[in-house]
Amino acid sequence: MAKVLMKGNEAIGAAAINAGCRYFFGYPITPQNEVPEYMSRELPKVGGVFVQAESEVAAINMVYGASGAGARVMTSSSSPGIALKQEGITYIAGAELPCVIVNIMRGGPGLGGIQPAQSDYNQSTRGGGNGDYKLLVYAPANLQEMVDMVQEAFDAADYYRNPVLVVGDGMIGQMMEPVEFKPYVSKYELAEKTWATDGTKGKRGPNIINSLFLDPAKLEDHNVKLQAKYKAIKENEARAELYNMDNAQVVIVAYGTTSRIAKNAIESLKKEGIEVGLIRPQTLWPFPDRAFETLPEACKGLLVVEMSMGQMIDDVKLATSCRLPVEFYGRSGGMIPEPDAIADKIKEMLGGVK
Amino acid sequence: MAVVFQKTRGLTDVQTHYCPGCTHGIIHRLVAEALEELGVLDDSIGVCPVGCSALAYDYFNCDMHQASHGRAPAVATGVKRVHPKNVVWTYQGDGDLASIGTAEIIHAAHRGEKITTIFVNNAIYGMTGGQMAPTTLVGQKSTTSPYGRDAETCGFPLKVAEMMATIPGAAFVERVSVDTPANVRKAKKAILEAFKCQIEGKGFSIVEVLSTCPTNWGMTPVDSLAWLQANMIPYYPLGNFRKPEEAK
Repeated sequence: MAKVLMKGNEAIGAAAINAGCRYFFGYPITPQNEVPEYMSRELPKVGGVFVQAESEVAAINMVYGASGAGARVMTSSSSPGIALKQEGITYIAGAELPCVIVNIMRGGPGLGGIQPAQSDYNQSTRGGGNGDYKLLVYAPANLQEMVDMVQEAFDAADYYRNPVLVVGDGMIGQMMEPVEFKPYVSKYELAEKTWATDGTKGKRGPNIINSLFLDPAKLEDHNVKLQAKYKAIKENEARAELYNMDNAQVVIVAYGTTSRIAKNAIESLKKEGIEVGLIRPQTLWPFPDRAFETLPEACKGLLVVEMSMGQMIDDVKLATSCRLPVEFYGRSGGMIPEPDAIADKIKEMLGGVK
Repeated sequence: MAVVFQKTRGLTDVQTHYCPGCTHGIIHRLVAEALEELGVLDDSIGVCPVGCSALAYDYFNCDMHQASHGRAPAVATGVKRVHPKNVVWTYQGDGDLASIGTAEIIHAAHRGEKITTIFVNNAIYGMTGGQMAPTTLVGQKSTTSPYGRDAETCGFPLKVAEMMATIPGAAFVERVSVDTPANVRKAKKAILEAFKCQIEGKGFSIVEVLSTCPTNWGMTPVDSLAWLQANMIPYYPLGNFRKPEEAK
């Protein structure tokens, strides 16, 4: 199929419909409004349903109902809206249901701002709601990857029976890039949803969607079972892009659009004879620990670059077992890191020498 | 020998956790009988709340979805939009529906969702141990209104049926009580009408059922019924507030 020029938020909607998503429940919030707008326009054309909910809380609970009923379903929002959805997300995780949630991040805390940010890393990876649960979190860096990951997210969600989060920032939501909707080949063998609430038809006992276990021993058993699933996700799904790692004196760790700015800094430093590598986590949870196991001999330290005040540092320190110094450079509130500022930070780390 | 009464197929054989004298059991039976009599039990999906009826998923013999506090109408919206031909219903208490879930119930009605809500009003939070609800009567004592509900600081009890009847998308709204055999029969009739309203695609339907909570009211079951009659019915008048032909 030929490439088409699309806006990020619309590409998310198109990818979801392409992946068989027929139900979307959302609530307006900047900078992701083109997602619900696109879905309200396009879903009816394919026999799907769009509902503008009364709140993000209601929207995620509609997702909970639709997912329990066996549907491929998605919601999208931006940071403060995703905070509101946490109640529903933990229920969906607890009840082991699949769904796809998109967060087009903006600056916080509080109402924050509407400009691009990556300050929901902790909310995404630490379980923003109550209880012991994890989301599989994809972090695409360009629109093609966004489209591919959104499509894959639906399959992964169904396969693991777990909510999957796709995070972008305002930049990726608003930018236009050419994308290709390739014929999608699933890497998962998906089972029929025999657990869905679609009426017994008198042919089976009731299906019950539930996250309540009043017996402590049963709740613990449930948690042990969930952890086994998260272990499998950790083993199978962690993913990272490695860039210019040979002979790198410093390795930048950055995800999403920030990684593209980091690549500019890497190219300009290369011209000055300074080799800098990049580890770009494509999944934020599970964090791609294995990518940090074999750092180049020349590597003197790592630099985490984020559009936040530094939320991914902990994971980098854990992944490297603090073998090397981990420094941070970030901008927040909707300010975007400049390649030169990243390059200057690298030079500072290397003692100001070339 | 002729069978004059038998347990509806709409209920499971699980022993319920409800307190002695609680009217949830009667209301469960009425809902289950209605679903069975309308021939929709095997096509129905119930959504149960947080509160005393959180465990209702074990008691109804149909597909069930347990929702978070107050969100049952949103969950039911999701289910119904996926399975528009199935009968989807919520079963909610007054803390769930009239406090934490007011946005969800009002907007489900506002959208005219073709779902049915059974709203059990016993003027108190039961499961959490007898705290004040939006429906607690003025002067009524609870664990969080130990001196009696003060309208000056807590407002007057919320009249849900009257409020729902102002919403154009609500096609059927009725308040019933299960304090006497005659009223139980009327309640059954209203629940049947509410489900029919959904089956005929006429819009949102809700039945408010006045109920007792002997445990948290601190009364015997018999005294509780008398208290409901003397105090709740005068403030929460029984009757129909909206029928499908009146809905806009």
